[in-house]
Amino acid sequence: MQLLQILVSGASQGCIYGLIAIGFVLIYKATETVNFAQGELMMLGAFAGLAAATLLGLPYWAAFLAAVGALALFGLAAERVVLRPILGQPAFAIVMVTIGIGYMARGLITMVPAIGTDTHALPTPFQDELVRLGGLVIGMEHVVVIGTTVVLCVLLFALFRLTKVGIAMQAASQNQLAAYYMGIPVRRLNGFIWAISAAVAAVAGILLAPITFVHANMGFIGLKAFPAAVIGGFGSLPGAIVGGLIIGLVEALAGFYLPEGFKDTAAYVVVLLMLVVKPNGLFGETMHKKV
Amino acid sequence: MSAALLQVDRLSVQFGGVKAVSNVGFALRQGEVLTLIGPNGAGKTTVFNLISRIYQPASGAIALDGVDLLRVAPHRVAALGVARTFQNIELFENATVLQNLLIGCHTHRATNVWQELLFLPAVRREERKLRERVEQVIDLLDLQHHRDSLVAGLPYGVRKVVELGRALAAQPRLLLLDEPSSGLNVEETDDMAFWIQDIRDDLGVTVLMVEHDMSLVSRVSDRVLAMNQGELIAQGTPAEVQAHPAVVEAYLGKAA
Amino acid sequence: MRFLFKTDYGQDIRLLKHGGQRFWYALLGIALIAAPWALSEYQLAQASLICIYGIVGLGLMLLTGYTGLVSIGHAAFLGVGAYAEAILAARGWPLPLSFAAAVLLSAAVGVVVGLPALRVRGIYLAIATLAFGFIVEEIITRWEALTGGNSGLPVAAASLFGRALDTTAEFYFLSLACAALAALVVINLLRSPTGRAFIAIRDSEISAQSMGIHLARYKTVSFALSAALTGLAGALYAHKLRFLSPDQFTVIQSIELLMMVFIGGIGSIHGAFLGAIFIIALPQAISGVRPLLPQALASAAGLQPTVFGLILIGFILFEPMGLYGWWFKTRTYFSLFPFYRRGTFKRRKAFQKSERLR
Repeated sequence: MQLLQILVSGASQGCIYGLIAIGFVLIYKATETVNFAQGELMMLGAFAGLAAATLLGLPYWAAFLAAVGALALFGLAAERVVLRPILGQPAFAIVMVTIGIGYMARGLITMVPAIGTDTHALPTPFQDELVRLGGLVIGMEHVVVIGTTVVLCVLLFALFRLTKVGIAMQAASQNQLAAYYMGIPVRRLNGFIWAISAAVAAVAGILLAPITFVHANMGFIGLKAFPAAVIGGFGSLPGAIVGGLIIGLVEALAGFYLPEGFKDTAAYVVVLLMLVVKPNGLFGETMHKKV
Repeated sequence: MSAALLQVDRLSVQFGGVKAVSNVGFALRQGEVLTLIGPNGAGKTTVFNLISRIYQPASGAIALDGVDLLRVAPHRVAALGVARTFQNIELFENATVLQNLLIGCHTHRATNVWQELLFLPAVRREERKLRERVEQVIDLLDLQHHRDSLVAGLPYGVRKVVELGRALAAQPRLLLLDEPSSGLNVEETDDMAFWIQDIRDDLGVTVLMVEHDMSLVSRVSDRVLAMNQGELIAQGTPAEVQAHPAVVEAYLGKAA
Repeated sequence: MRFLFKTDYGQDIRLLKHGGQRFWYALLGIALIAAPWALSEYQLAQASLICIYGIVGLGLMLLTGYTGLVSIGHAAFLGVGAYAEAILAARGWPLPLSFAAAVLLSAAVGVVVGLPALRVRGIYLAIATLAFGFIVEEIITRWEALTGGNSGLPVAAASLFGRALDTTAEFYFLSLACAALAALVVINLLRSPTGRAFIAIRDSEISAQSMGIHLARYKTVSFALSAALTGLAGALYAHKLRFLSPDQFTVIQSIELLMMVFIGGIGSIHGAFLGAIFIIALPQAISGVRPLLPQALASAAGLQPTVFGLILIGFILFEPMGLYGWWFKTRTYFSLFPFYRRGTFKRRKAFQKSERLR
C-alpha cells in the first residue's frame, strides 16, 4: 500500500515534469531551439497566479486562467522582442539567449519588494482535501495535477492532429526558408508556439504551487524536466509526458528505498542510461543527414 | 592493361523497401576516369557512400588494390588513398579555405597530440610540409585570391573548387567526384574539365565520377557506366553508352 | 593600414605575425609582470582570479567553441581539480605533483563525461553533460570522508619547493604562469592538425570522417584536454579560495561559465580572458553603481543576476562575437582608417537551418 502511495505522488510529480517537458518539446519542434528558461516561465506563472489571487482577489480558477493568459502574452512578447531578431544565428547563441532570459527572470522576481526571496503560499481551495481510493489516501492536489495533465494533453493532441498548425510547425522547423515560400506565416507561428509553451508552463506552476509553495527558485525543477524530455525523445510530445512520468516514479522510489542523495541524482542516472541504450530517447526520431 | 584499382562485386543495399543499389559490379582501372551516369534516384551517390563506408552494404564486396574495404572503418578509408567530394557541398564553413585544404591533408599527419601541444620543431617542420603541399593545390586550382577567406562567404562556384581542392590535398590514389559540375556555368565547367584531365594525366590519380552534364562526360571520361533504379544497365565508352537502347529508354522513356 | 607581404610559410605558422603584434604583446607581457608593483593587494588578488577564470574559459572554449560540443556541466571539472588539489596538498604532496595529479584526474573524468559524445550529438550531449555535472556534485557532497561534504574543506596556502606562496604577489605569479602556459598550449593546438580536426568535427562530422579524422578519438581528446585545463584552474582555485564546498561547483556555476565564455567572445583565445575580466569586474561595477540607484533597487539581491542576464541578451542581440568582437571591430576601424564602413561586418540575413540534419 505504501508502494502505491509513493507511486501516486511520484506520478503527480512526474506530471509536472512532463508538463514542463512538453513546453521544451513544443518549442524544439517548432524552432529547433531549446528553451532553458522554461522552468523560470513556470515560476513566473505561479507568481502570476499568486498576484491574481492576492492582489486582485480573484477566486482560484479565475486566477488560474488569468495567470495562464498573462504567461501566454509574456511568451508572445519574449518571442517578439528577444528571439525573433536573432533567428538565423547558430543554435548555441539562441540557447544562450534563453539562459539569459531565465537568469533575468529569476533576478527580477527577487527584486520585487513584496516577493524577495521568501516563500509564498498560493491559496488553493482543495489544498487540504484528501481523496480516499481503496486503502489509498491521496492529497487532492496530486489528483488535480494528474487530471489537469490528462486534459491538457488531449487538448494539445487535438490542436496538432486536427489543425494545420502541427504540420506547419514541423515544416518551419525543418526548412524555414521553404516554409516562408509555402506561405506559412513562420514568425506568427513561432509566437503562437511560444505563447502555448508559456501557458503550459503557467499551468505547471500553479499546479505545483500547493506542493512546493511559490518561490523564486522554483524554476530549478525545470532542470529535471530536461532529462524527462530527453528520455522521451526530444521531438516527441507524448514522449515528454512518458519521460516525465518515468523520472517522477524513479525519483519517488529512489527517495524511499535508496539512501539519501540518490533521489536527486536518480533522474540524471536514468537519462545517462537511456542515452547509452537508446540514444534518441523512447519515441525520438533518428534523422540522418543525406550526403 | 592496367590492374584494377577498385573492384566492386555484386554490391547491394536496401533502405526500407527500396533497393537503392542492386547487384552492381565493376572494375576501375588504374589511371582511368570512369563516370557513373543515370537519372536521379539511380543509386549513383549511394554507390559512392558505400565505397566511402558511410553506408554498410547488405551484400557484395569492395576491394581497393586487393584490400577488402568492407573491413575498413569509415575514418580509415582516407588513409588508404581515397578522397571524395560531396554532392551538396560539405565544407567546413567557419574555417578559411586554407584551413579546409590543410584538414584535407589530415591523413598525412606525422605528429601526435603531445608534440603539438608543445609545438616542437618537428611539428613546425611538418606544418611547413603540409603548407607546401596545399600551396601546390591552390596553384593548380587558382585559389590564391581566396586563400584566407572564410568559406561561409564564398560564392557557390568557388566552393565547388575548394571542395575539389580539399580532396586533392590528400594526394589520393582514387578520387570520388560527386557531380563536380552541378551548379557551375559554362566557363566553370570548362575549367573543371581541364582540371579533371590534369588530375588524370599529370597527377596520375584515378577518378570515379558521378555526372549529369553529358558534354563534360564525353570530354573527360575513358569509360562510362550507366545506372537506373539501382542496377547497372550499360558499360563502355561514352559514345557506346549514350547510344545504348537501355540508356536511352531510362532517360527518355520507351518509344510509344 | 598594414599590408603583410608573406614570403615564407613560417610567417603563417608563427604566433606573432608581424612587428606590430610583437610590440603590443611584449608591452602586455611587461605590464602583467610589473603588475604587483603597480596594483593594490586587492586588485592583484582579482587579477589572479581573472587568470584562473581565463584558464577555465580556455578549456570551455576548446570544447564548445572549437569542437562544437556544448558542455553544461563544466563546473564539475573545476570541482574535481579543486578537491583533488586540496586533498593531495593536505597529504603533503609537493605542488608540481599535486597539480599534475589534479590535471590528470580531471582529464580522466573528462574522458568519462565524453563517452556519451561518441554516440549522441547536440542537445542530447548537452543534457548528458548536465547529468554528469549533477552527479559529480552529488558525489562530492556525499563522500564526506574525503571531501568534508557540505561542511566544506579548508585548503592550505600553495607552497612551492617548501616555500609557502602566501603573499598575493607570489600567488599572482603562479596563476599568471599557469594562464600563460594554458594559452600557449591552446594556441599551439589550434595551429596544428589536432586543432584543425576539432574545427572539422564542429563544422561537418561526415566530411571530417572522410578526411580520415577518427571522430571518437578526437572528441575524447577534446573532452580530456578541456577537462585538464579546467582541472588546472580548479587546483589554483582551491588555493585561492582557501575553502571549498560543494555549492561552489553547481550547475549554476556551469551556466555562468558558459555565459562568461559567450560574453567574452566564443571562438577566440582573447575571448576567454575578456570573459574572465567581465565576470570578475561585474560585481565591482554593480557595487559601484549601487549608490546611484534608488534604495529599493540597490539593496535587492537579484540585481546582479538581472544585470548579468541583460548583458548576455544584449550581446547576443547586438554583438554575437562578444567582447572580442567589439575589440576586433574597434581595432579594424583604426587600422582601416578612414576606409572603415559600417557594412564591413554586416551579418547577412540568414534563415534558420535545421541542425538535426547536420
